[in-house]
Amino acid sequence: MAIFLDHASTSPLRPSAKAVLIDALAQTGNPSSVHSHGQHTRELLEIARDQVASAVGCNRSEVIFTSGGTESDNAAIKGLWWQVTDADSQRRVIISASTEHHALMDPIHWLVEHEGAELIELPVAGSGMVDLDELEALLEQRHSEVALISLMWVNNETGVITDIERVGALARKYAVLAHSDAVAALGHVPIDFARSGLTAMSISGHKVGAPIGVGALIVARDAKPVSLLHGGGQERSLRSGTMNYPLAASFGAAAVEAVAEMAERQARLDVLRDRIEKEITSRFPKVQITSDGANRASHNVHLIFPGANSDNLLFLLDTKGISVSAGSACQAGVLGPSHVLIGMGYDEQSASSCLRITMGYTTTDSDVDAFIAAIEEIYPQAVAASPV
Amino acid sequence: MDSAVAAARAVEAGHEVVGVHLALSRMPGTLRTGSRGCCTIEDSMDAQRAAKKLGIPFYVWDFSERFKEDVVDDFVAEYQAGRTPNPCMRCNERIKFAALLERALALGFDAVATGHYATIEERDGALELHRSLEMAKDQSYVLGVLTQEQLAHAYFPLGATASKELIRQEAAQRELSVANKPDSYDICFIPEGDTREWLKEFVPSEPGTIVDLEGNEVGQHDGHVGFTIGQRKGLRLGRPAKDGKPRYVLEIRPKTQEVVVGPESALEVSALAGSRFSWCGKAPENQGAFFDCEVQVRAHGDTVRASAAVVDGELVIRLAEPLYGVAPGQTAVIYLGTRVLGQTTIDRTEMAQAVNV
Repeated sequence: MAIFLDHASTSPLRPSAKAVLIDALAQTGNPSSVHSHGQHTRELLEIARDQVASAVGCNRSEVIFTSGGTESDNAAIKGLWWQVTDADSQRRVIISASTEHHALMDPIHWLVEHEGAELIELPVAGSGMVDLDELEALLEQRHSEVALISLMWVNNETGVITDIERVGALARKYAVLAHSDAVAALGHVPIDFARSGLTAMSISGHKVGAPIGVGALIVARDAKPVSLLHGGGQERSLRSGTMNYPLAASFGAAAVEAVAEMAERQARLDVLRDRIEKEITSRFPKVQITSDGANRASHNVHLIFPGANSDNLLFLLDTKGISVSAGSACQAGVLGPSHVLIGMGYDEQSASSCLRITMGYTTTDSDVDAFIAAIEEIYPQAVAASPV
Repeated sequence: MDSAVAAARAVEAGHEVVGVHLALSRMPGTLRTGSRGCCTIEDSMDAQRAAKKLGIPFYVWDFSERFKEDVVDDFVAEYQAGRTPNPCMRCNERIKFAALLERALALGFDAVATGHYATIEERDGALELHRSLEMAKDQSYVLGVLTQEQLAHAYFPLGATASKELIRQEAAQRELSVANKPDSYDICFIPEGDTREWLKEFVPSEPGTIVDLEGNEVGQHDGHVGFTIGQRKGLRLGRPAKDGKPRYVLEIRPKTQEVVVGPESALEVSALAGSRFSWCGKAPENQGAFFDCEVQVRAHGDTVRASAAVVDGELVIRLAEPLYGVAPGQTAVIYLGTRVLGQTTIDRTEMAQAVNV
């Protein structure tokens, strides 16, 4: 099997999460049922809820299980928008940044197109850091018009860390709602929802070693976002539908484990990250560290390889049995220039000549050795195959 | 379907095969994702499914920028100049067996294989391109632009098959589900195949007059683009011709915005010539002397006997049997038996009857 260095896209199922999942799948009972079957599976669900709450530092009632990060982002952004605008139609501004993930940007764009929202994108430095001084200035001027702030805690492509506690503090100061997509942050940087000042936060299971298909939206107790799903009223009426206790249980177990071993793992990956960056840039001085100078998560390496198309690099690495990624592919599978790099001020060529290498709990030293050796061989070949 | 079966045969023949879907058209309206190449999602997914059934890797490569420059822009420019282009030939010449092939060779591949119905044979140490076994589906015409070097890196697994029906059966047998999709003959970058509408939108042209052979104005048009030599429909002429017979487009004059119409007999062409010609493999020994051959001017058109030679930098083709309605811009492919000898983009035609206006 090929070497997996694309943990940001998904992470291998943790053995503990798998064991919990298989166990839970063997139980029968709708957690909403009154009888003992239902109470039993309900308990599995609530244990999971406690686990997620402890992993992110929130109250157990603030955990709403969803199908994943995208659903959580949609529920938060649209739900909070409608909560705010129903009460005060003068608030139409949504503050975000051009470097955000599509799961966050697209709901905002939808609100702009269909609900009359006004999007203000904060400036992003060349390093990828979002300008929070500008956020402060903007709030100072226009806070009464702002419906929502939505920013990622850690950028999924570049690993850049945003000071969400500062965002949350500013939001509280100016009485504006703030949401953060913490999908790429959970298990990689310390998260404390209670201290953050956020009203809502999205997290995803499969990025921390749970199966695909489960995530959570952390919603502050005092928030009342409009629900996207209407039905049985489960999960505080915020997420109707039979609760998926096997997936939730698996997520709970994975989240707890990911947070428990986080410090040690990130320290280990930090060393590996430095090694990759040092060896590749010394062998190829033209290669750039995309978010140089930014506060970055330790497991993420993001590099620009001048002269080589991302898809040629990916193809050649694929033939060598190494799985990494670059930018984002559309539904048809076409790789385009990374909109995140473009938002940081890189030109289209650079944004089409990059690689994202994300390590995880299963990454070994020899994985890194193999990657470095492969790049040394294929980078010149990728340049030869790419248009001038 | 053709490419899926071709890939299957290549795998069976023992080659190391990788499936590539080309993303060729741009979507200027897509904001956040920039202006990168796109394609029908269904086509891409069908291709991926077929590749996985064959157990080969699959990738989608973006050639939209080159495609726009080399195929689409050329298409627009030719129509603007009053000519009738053949974008499929340009695509084979500049994209499939050029841009794609260059990239493939640089990435360590040896050849590009396609589902075209044609065959490559080796004779006396040189490569030749020949018609496929089934004449009705023969696509050697559209590959007529290939050079010896390109042939050396091309592979057509389907050419030796006796019929398209057999290919369809083979596709079904191999459970390549694309077998049930209809073939597409339209230009791939014009959605819904409405060339006239597309041309009206993307190629500017002025209104003008339609004149007959005597120079009399017989109608108006709102743009010369979209007319082609030999066209009968869509002329919307008020008065019938003096002889009562239908009229056809004989000539397009972009400079004066005139479109000349006349009787079918005036469409008869006696010779073709073009300066942008190439040999598909070994060139004839004595190019300057007229030699017997056959010529085909449409992808699935009739082949007529002719003789050809290179005269003053032009490949001149004298027809032994008449052809009707040949437009400058079209490609003439010359054959020696089943072998594709070469081709030229037609710059000018000699009418059997001269047009005196």
